[in-house]
Amino acid sequence: MALTLTDSDQAALRGEFGPGRALAMRVVTRVATAMDATSLLDITGAHIDSCLDHGQAGIDFAAKLADGGSLVRVPTTLNVASLDLLHPELYRGPPETAIRARRLMQYYQDMGCQPTWTCAPYQLSVRPKFGTHIAWAESNAIVFVNSVLGARTHRYGDFIDICAAVTGRAPAAGLHLDENRIAAVIVDVTGLQRHLFDIEVFYQVLGHLMGRLVGSRVPVIVGLPPDVSEDRLKAIGAAAASSGSVGMFHCVGSTPEAPDLATAGGGRVPQHRITIDGAMIRDARDDLSTSASDELGIVSLGTPHYSVTEFERLIDLLGDRPIHPSVDFYVSTGREVLATIQQRGWLARLEDAGIQLVTDTCTYVTPVMAQSSGVAMTDSAKWAYYAPGNIGVDVVFGATSDCVESAVQGRVVRDESLWGPR
Amino acid sequence: MGSPVTGEPSTIHGRPLSPGNAAGTVLRLDEPLSFWGGLDAETGEIIDRRHPQVGVNLAGTVLVMERGRGSSSGSSVLAEAIRNGTAPIAIVMAVPDEIVALGAIVADEIYEIRVPVVVVDPGDHEQLVSGQAIRVAASVDGATVCTTR
Repeated sequence: MALTLTDSDQAALRGEFGPGRALAMRVVTRVATAMDATSLLDITGAHIDSCLDHGQAGIDFAAKLADGGSLVRVPTTLNVASLDLLHPELYRGPPETAIRARRLMQYYQDMGCQPTWTCAPYQLSVRPKFGTHIAWAESNAIVFVNSVLGARTHRYGDFIDICAAVTGRAPAAGLHLDENRIAAVIVDVTGLQRHLFDIEVFYQVLGHLMGRLVGSRVPVIVGLPPDVSEDRLKAIGAAAASSGSVGMFHCVGSTPEAPDLATAGGGRVPQHRITIDGAMIRDARDDLSTSASDELGIVSLGTPHYSVTEFERLIDLLGDRPIHPSVDFYVSTGREVLATIQQRGWLARLEDAGIQLVTDTCTYVTPVMAQSSGVAMTDSAKWAYYAPGNIGVDVVFGATSDCVESAVQGRVVRDESLWGPR
Repeated sequence: MGSPVTGEPSTIHGRPLSPGNAAGTVLRLDEPLSFWGGLDAETGEIIDRRHPQVGVNLAGTVLVMERGRGSSSGSSVLAEAIRNGTAPIAIVMAVPDEIVALGAIVADEIYEIRVPVVVVDPGDHEQLVSGQAIRVAASVDGATVCTTR
């Protein structure tokens, strides 16, 4: 079936709303055709990943859109970029790259996008409503908004995100459609020891394992206690979208499209079932570390950007202890969360302890961290997955409590008892 | 791999994700590659340390990979590689992938450089092997992949 366009879509293609919107509509329709969509649908919001600098092609594309008079037609937020505009002194890369990155960020602001610069737009005060269609890029944000908020976006990437925002249209395909949101595979954690469900880091490891096992299928998790917290669902999704191509998951009793197993399965229980045992969890945890060294150089938290409740936990774990002078400790977050923790007096406490806040970007997409001969420690499965390739560090993955204790002591310490008896 | 068979050219029909024409030599990937974090757009080399073909250069090849993988920033990296002339000259997949398609679509829109991206039946896809001479043609009307072996 061919793609059917409305009169307004066709007028946009003809250039009646300017050359920028014509380019955007060409890209949307070409992608819709590649996706086998038969129509486009209206979106109510967008989140843009194209503002992160990957080279001249990104600049050339943004320039062609912006110079062609493009303006976003729906409320549009921006993902992390390559610069921390609040802490510019942290940047250690070549000046010409910074100039290009700054230009790219400006083009997207010129097109009417909000300078949110966060990979966790679902932590902003305004969030997409259940059942609405949106066009979001950034894998962890996509999986969260589909799974936890029940708004609908396909797994959009660079270029199509801004083109959807400028046209207000997206292909009626993929995860926008009911039939593609149905769970295809059960991930059964019923047999795991209950104490695991009370530790935050378990949810990172479960997500990492699930992504490897399910690939691009929509999984439904059964066996977790009801009402799993947003931070924990965020951890599952971010990890699963890194190790696999997961764009949505269900969690029975916690996510809105999964009040029970049959509903998540579109009226019937999915046929495929993967049963998770304790050994699989330990293997997945170990898979996230690339080093067994205890020489610690860096701790990086906040991938995706830390939430207010994650900061609250960090403050509790740290107490009034300082970070060891040989360790550089970074936490990445968004500006809105930063403002909140500043109001609560937590920012001053973190800075006094020797912790460096990073906003607008992330420590593995741009050179902001100090060079170190020691390993980098993180509580993020996503960071553990990508940082070795992106910035060439060796990673030790641990619980947030392990990261904090290690940073205070100045060497890697991990509390095995967290994981319980073998 | 068996001994080389000489014989007639064979033509596979596929679905176009992005148009263009190219003729060259097949490079088959043993595993899917995420272009972001996996491809150096300056050189065309595979840089993903987890990938079995790390170090192999994709520039000028007809890339045969089953499906896409990983980050949505892959579109940007592919477009940048096309701009730099370090990208494959065509991509043949077994599973449609919008992220790969987008990189090619955008390079076509802004640089008028066409790297055809084509999806063929998984059974046909399996038959394509590294070193094979191949011709890829894709337009809005359809796509063909011709091989001689």
